[in-house]
Amino acid sequence: MIEIVDLHKSFNGQNVLRGINLTIQKGSIFVVLGGSGQGKTVLLKHLMGHLRPDRGRVVVHGVDINTLDEKGLNDFRKRFGMLFQSAALFDSLTVGENVAFPLREHTRLKEAEIQERVRERLRVVGLEEVTQKMPAELSGGMRKRVGLARAIALKPEIILYDEPTTGLDPITTDSINRLILEMQKKLPVTSVIISHDIESTFSIADRVAMLHEGKIIEQGTPAEFRRSTHPYVREFLKIGEQK
Amino acid sequence: MWPKGSRAGSWIQRGADSSGFLLLKTLSSLGDFAFFCRSFLQWTFRRPFRLGPFFHQLEFIGIRSLPVILLTSAFTGMVFSLQVGETFRLFHAESLVGATVGLSLAKEIAPVFTSLMVVARAGSAMAAEIGTMQVTEQVEALSSMAVNPIHYLVVPRVLAAMLMVPCLTAVYGFVGVTGAYFVSVHLLGIPEIAFTRRLTYYLDADDFIGGLLKSAVFGFVLALVCCYRGYRTTGGAEGVGRSTTQAVVVASVCVLVLDYFLTALIINFLPEF
Repeated sequence: MIEIVDLHKSFNGQNVLRGINLTIQKGSIFVVLGGSGQGKTVLLKHLMGHLRPDRGRVVVHGVDINTLDEKGLNDFRKRFGMLFQSAALFDSLTVGENVAFPLREHTRLKEAEIQERVRERLRVVGLEEVTQKMPAELSGGMRKRVGLARAIALKPEIILYDEPTTGLDPITTDSINRLILEMQKKLPVTSVIISHDIESTFSIADRVAMLHEGKIIEQGTPAEFRRSTHPYVREFLKIGEQK
Repeated sequence: MWPKGSRAGSWIQRGADSSGFLLLKTLSSLGDFAFFCRSFLQWTFRRPFRLGPFFHQLEFIGIRSLPVILLTSAFTGMVFSLQVGETFRLFHAESLVGATVGLSLAKEIAPVFTSLMVVARAGSAMAAEIGTMQVTEQVEALSSMAVNPIHYLVVPRVLAAMLMVPCLTAVYGFVGVTGAYFVSVHLLGIPEIAFTRRLTYYLDADDFIGGLLKSAVFGFVLALVCCYRGYRTTGGAEGVGRSTTQAVVVASVCVLVLDYFLTALIINFLPEF
């Protein structure tokens, strides 16, 4: 379970997060919706300890990650997988080497076992044939899928997705959504997704929250969320569905 | 002294504001660099020792810099002996050309020019590569995978530069003297025996050791500065360009400024230097 309690963060006097309270159940898909510049990525960075809050706590599986020192935080991050908005593949390594990277860093698997795990993870995302290609040779959608294969290489307990479907065509978006759902079935993971893609959100989320001006203004199941009376949520849903 | 709101008063106020801002910014940057250095030192001695990236950097900084070092050192030695030879001829002191060129190369020219070449070739690449990784979230991806970016990106580069800059300096000195020998003996007609005997008589181990020590410090500083500039890159492609330029300028200035202080220090400890 992930608990975010009264989280505050400001940069150069600008309040980005202003008292976030969220509880994310283990094994669920939790989507944080919000417009651009509302602090979604800042919130995600707090979950992995990339940013320290000005006030408040982030408790993951009973551990307040802000109490961890550098080494403790490093070890704790092995329990996470993260898919970046740009996929963030290492462009000097091949696709296979990218997926093998966390395995080489944190396991004592033999090379043959690593190669087998890489093939298996790339098979999960449907890209077994691109092992030897460089990231620059892949399309945006393929890069995201490789990023996902790398994120799940160490069998993480929590996967964080930073706008996984932004900038993708509808077919690739659908394939990414299906991958997230399949991942949830195959691995016992908790998924936290930040997005502004309403259609994708309602097709995969167990719970949805809306972040606006640094605060959570609405949260609930997709059905509850659709019935929200909050004017900003209504407008966000209306414009999003028109698109 | 000046009435409130007057033009002169306003200029002074603005001047004081901008000087204060500049001072604060400089102090803040120095503080940030100090924290970066501390982090580097902490991670240098932690396992796992990253031999793969380290050997890759040895090859990148050392082997791939060889062509430019060979070319510049040969011509530096040649032009130096040409200038010195022509000047010394006025005093009938041509036999001292070898010793003069050899001493200058070992003590100053080889360490400084080698470092400047490495800054231009490898230092700029370090800043650009780490900067690009920073703006494309690859550095953050390393952290997310529980790999410390300073341990993975910075430590191998700095250690490799500390080792390879002295090696390249030795090559620079040797090739420079060879170039000087060619010009002195074959073009200026200085007797071979005079060139080599004066060279070996005046040049001793302390001159080499002092030069190599300086170049190791230059290697450390230039790599650390270039990695730091890359690591602190913000602002996309433009930011990468800015960081790379800053890295080359700051690292080159550091090499030249440090050269004076290190020379003063070495003269105290190596009296023959």
